[in-house]
Amino acid sequence: MDHRFESVPAVRQGLADINYLADEGIAGVVYLADRLQKPILVEGPAGTGKTQLAKSVAEMMGARLIRLQCYEGLDESKALFEWNYKKQLLRIQAERNAEGTWTDIEEDIFSEDFLLTRPLLEAISATEPVVLLIDEIDRVEIETEALLLEILSDYQVSIPELGTVTAQQIPMVFLTSNNTRELSEALKRRCLFLHIDYPDMDREKEIVLTKVPGITETLADQVARIVRSIRQLELKKAPSVSETLDWANTLMLLNINQITAQDATETINILLKYRSDIEKAIKEFSTNQSDFAGQS
Amino acid sequence: MTDTAPTELSPMFELLTGFSRELREAGIPVSLSENIDAMEAVQHIPLEDRDALKYALAATMVKHDSHWRAFETVFEVYFSLRGKEYGIASDEEGEEGSDNVDMDGMGNQPGRGDGSGGSQMSPEELAEMLYQALMRGDDAMMRAIARQSVQRFAGMEPGRPVGGTYYLYRTLRNLDLDGVLDRLMEQAREKAPDPGLTPLEERLERDEFEARIDKLKKEVEAEIRRRLVADRGVEAMAKTLRKPLPEDVDFMHASREEMANLRKAIYPLTRKLAVRLARKRRHGRKGPLDFRNTVRHSLSYGGVPAEPKFKYPRPAKPEIFVIADISGSVAAFARFTLHLVYAISNQFSKVRSFVFIDGLDEVTSYFEGVDDISEAVHRVNTEADVVWVDGHSDYGHAFEVFWERYGKEVGPKTTVLILGDARNNYHASQAWIIQEINKRARSTFWLNPEPKSYWDTGDSIVGEYGAHCDGTFEVRNLRQLEGFVENLA
Repeated sequence: MDHRFESVPAVRQGLADINYLADEGIAGVVYLADRLQKPILVEGPAGTGKTQLAKSVAEMMGARLIRLQCYEGLDESKALFEWNYKKQLLRIQAERNAEGTWTDIEEDIFSEDFLLTRPLLEAISATEPVVLLIDEIDRVEIETEALLLEILSDYQVSIPELGTVTAQQIPMVFLTSNNTRELSEALKRRCLFLHIDYPDMDREKEIVLTKVPGITETLADQVARIVRSIRQLELKKAPSVSETLDWANTLMLLNINQITAQDATETINILLKYRSDIEKAIKEFSTNQSDFAGQS
Repeated sequence: MTDTAPTELSPMFELLTGFSRELREAGIPVSLSENIDAMEAVQHIPLEDRDALKYALAATMVKHDSHWRAFETVFEVYFSLRGKEYGIASDEEGEEGSDNVDMDGMGNQPGRGDGSGGSQMSPEELAEMLYQALMRGDDAMMRAIARQSVQRFAGMEPGRPVGGTYYLYRTLRNLDLDGVLDRLMEQAREKAPDPGLTPLEERLERDEFEARIDKLKKEVEAEIRRRLVADRGVEAMAKTLRKPLPEDVDFMHASREEMANLRKAIYPLTRKLAVRLARKRRHGRKGPLDFRNTVRHSLSYGGVPAEPKFKYPRPAKPEIFVIADISGSVAAFARFTLHLVYAISNQFSKVRSFVFIDGLDEVTSYFEGVDDISEAVHRVNTEADVVWVDGHSDYGHAFEVFWERYGKEVGPKTTVLILGDARNNYHASQAWIIQEINKRARSTFWLNPEPKSYWDTGDSIVGEYGAHCDGTFEVRNLRQLEGFVENLA
């Protein structure tokens, strides 16, 4: 099988071309996933670009993105496949007067014509390149996880009446998780693991520079610094990258070129979403370091 | 490629098998198939690229974020001196001998270089260079300084059985990084335009410098590790550097850094538990038959009750009383448990907490309507009226007070959690109170942060109390705490 990516730097460059700034680790794991033909389990805090990574890889490969959004109560018929019951019924009724034994009909109605493919089966049976994104896998119950195991390790789906559908090509698979529950060992074992954390300051600055058109270097630098500073506080919800970008955009709209403490205070509700967090941050910004340096 | 693979593989095979064994020793579960994945992965990356190797191994062998640090340590040790191509055993090979010589002297008079190695800088020069490097954020220079200062200040002796932290401490003490930080801030203030730095700007400056200092510390640490590995060999080093995973860190003996990590770990844990408990409540139980609803639905089947409907089950939410010893030795444990109980308090119909040392006080109100639990805990520690006589734990008296004031409010829905080591300083146990409480309560559990083998030794009388509880549990780390709370609901 041909490999999709030449090398790690090539992956990185390819992603950078479509404005996804991957660090060495992210690009490395994407590259390996292709070589080892394994799914990637992406974990990390919300808003750090987990879903975006899958989207960007799809874009880079020019592949179709098939997305399965997980939720509690997701079952086989929503994730894998379902028999088109109404169509089967129609078929049986249409056959009623015609000649033909029950076996004929049975064989007939359990054929691919009557199969409704759901995201997983669709990804398997696609002939063109696809990227399969299984989003927020931690939301399904642990029992439902088992549905995925066959697909993830063998790239096939067993349908009792039809037999096994094997993949035409190995899709790139991304699973994202916010880590609200422990995933099963079986699932983890089948995946490469990638933890995407908040970017370091330099990378965040780069991200701001690429994603916010027209922003000046100094402003981007300041934004990244302040966000880093805020993330060091003990907060209920630290600002995510997407919130950083929102904030940078806001500052641009307000024509601010140099962030003063007052600007930061007035716009901080874009970065932080809890009242207690906002209060804490404002307090920290207006107090002199030396007063509370002893605390940290 | 397939022809050459087996011969290429064998040394790598050995290496990786050893590595995964080392990971397992450190507590990271690496399964056989993950090991095989890792071996396959390394065939796809340029081996001379250390970072790539690291990511490849991490992606295949480490499946949990909190294990990353442990992995990193093992990796650094294990792949540090495997031949020149990793570029670690670098240039100072020749100096190695000389700095062993001047180390003894250094140990006794820290900070006063005797300049025995002619090429070395004086301490003043080193300090100045350090300052400059931090000022400019010059990575290469910082690395050089790290190397120099370890050579000078750590006082490392071959074969001496002390941990890396000891050397780290000695090195950093001599660098006086706090002083340097002050100087850097001073400089920044002077350079600032007229009105001076605003608090925000000052904060940002300080953050930047602190980040650089952190980097320097890491360099120093790496340098010390490198030398230790060279001295003692990989296996021995991996063992000494091994640290418990966050979920296994002992509450009672956590270092400050481990404490900080624990605090970070507790938030995702509470979220996880809340989700799990809520799910548990919603699933797997059916209520009694809902007659009206069944009949209503039977209409669509022509009056045949084909689809029985059930009443939505309303599982009773338990009430929780937490009674926690917050005297010095077990305070950390009590704090984590209070954190946890409050974070998942929407899973319980009512949560009340009491803290005691030798007196007892209810602190429920401190948590009410508070977003920031650590602040509440801080208030508990400063405001609660828990000292009756001398501030030595007196379980007996504390229980007496509890029974007197709140005993009547314990009812059949109440689960009582008592947290403490039951080290009673030889006071009267008043164990009858626990018996009475347990008679009234739905259940009573005792959580003890001490290892089981210490129970009932010295002044610990946990057995005496435990006889009247529904269970006594050893809860020394997050893993055990999580396990216990999950069973609670």
